[in-house]
Amino acid sequence: MAYLLVIGTRKGLFTARSEDRRGWEVSGPHRLDAADHASMSAVYAVGIDPHSGRVLAGAESSHFGPSVWYSDDAGLTWHEPASAPIAFPEDTDASLTRAWQFAFGDDPGTVYAGVEPHALFRSSDGGASFELVRALWDHPHRANWYPGAGGGAVHTVLPGVLGWGERSPGSMTVAMSTGGIYQTRDDGASWAPANRGISAGFMPDEEPEYGQCVHKVAAGPGGVLYAQNHHGVYRSEDPAGQGWTAVEKGLPTDFGFAVVAHPHRPETAFNFPVISQEVHLPPDHRLGVYRTDDGGGSWHPFTRGLPEDPYFGIVLRDGACTDGADDPGLYFGTRTGDVYAATDGGEGWHRVAEHLPDVLCVRAAEV
Amino acid sequence: MRVTVHLPGLLRADAGGSAHIPVEVDDGTALGGVLDALTSRHPGLDRRIRDERGALRRYVNVFVDEDECRTVGGLAAPLRDGADVRVLPSVAGG
Repeated sequence: MAYLLVIGTRKGLFTARSEDRRGWEVSGPHRLDAADHASMSAVYAVGIDPHSGRVLAGAESSHFGPSVWYSDDAGLTWHEPASAPIAFPEDTDASLTRAWQFAFGDDPGTVYAGVEPHALFRSSDGGASFELVRALWDHPHRANWYPGAGGGAVHTVLPGVLGWGERSPGSMTVAMSTGGIYQTRDDGASWAPANRGISAGFMPDEEPEYGQCVHKVAAGPGGVLYAQNHHGVYRSEDPAGQGWTAVEKGLPTDFGFAVVAHPHRPETAFNFPVISQEVHLPPDHRLGVYRTDDGGGSWHPFTRGLPEDPYFGIVLRDGACTDGADDPGLYFGTRTGDVYAATDGGEGWHRVAEHLPDVLCVRAAEV
Repeated sequence: MRVTVHLPGLLRADAGGSAHIPVEVDDGTALGGVLDALTSRHPGLDRRIRDERGALRRYVNVFVDEDECRTVGGLAAPLRDGADVRVLPSVAGG
């Protein structure tokens, strides 16, 4: 068994491959196109299709705009669809800034893209072409979704997920900054906010129906959800009903961007604290990962193998992931270009790569 | 009338490798019409230069003879017969 780690950075796309998840062979930046106009693009979204193994990369050239590239040979060669794969219809008077997220449906070939400006697209041909999910774009709340400092985007897409025990093919949870969390139970035909309990300290009503700046939502087994908010860490088994419970007690801070749910243990999750909205640095200037094994009731450092010297790179919202293996691998990359991997059953973190450009996103899979 | 569009190296692959492309358009056609005619022949080129609303990308400059088009009407900039249209990446990138 081999493992593929795909790393999107501010300046290009890298991959790493390993047989044992301790030693890694890193390659990149990959040439996305022969002319190299895209090879130094910022890669904000990567995805590995669990059905086909196709790797998708959403990259944004500062000159020539955004697009999507795909590889069917684990990153060796890349292809761009002949027509713009993600484009807003003419009547929307909108244009794509960038793709923020790829997620895969149960049906082979079904790919979702969360994008900026706030929108969701769906592909049924493996990511070669996408169509706008109209009901979310036409949602009456959209006029009140606005961009935070990172841009206004649907950055989290969780197909089939609604909450504990509610998985169904026509359901989905998405999250956006700002706007919050929305869910559909009818394959995208209608969407309802699911933010009860999540704070929005930047609004007059600190617990509004919607409008929160949710940074990332991660789904664990059975549909349990963990959310890292713009201040606040939450867990929910029933977002649309009971809402969300604050679980940041025990973390050094309640701010951050990334959260990862254990793929097999609903009570286990990983958090990557950041000092505050004003100070985007790691607490105590130390690279730290925190782990809960009791559903957020307590958190403890998970740092063995990480640098002990002062460290100033944080983990961005898609800068951490799991490979979903039986003994799951955990991965994260930092804004200072270091990438680490650990296995749940292992003794700590191993460095995959160092001195890369700032890491924007990582995704991993057994291949 | 006939104008010539000059492409930077980075975009020539989207135009079959051509660096200088003559474009025949009706007299009085503005810059946007020239780009329409050009990209109807080379569809992959359009999304590099303009977004899906038809707006020029922020860091793509298009010169009509010596004038950057944004200073002479943008995509409505008039052209003369024999004009040179140069597409150039602006100050950004890599």
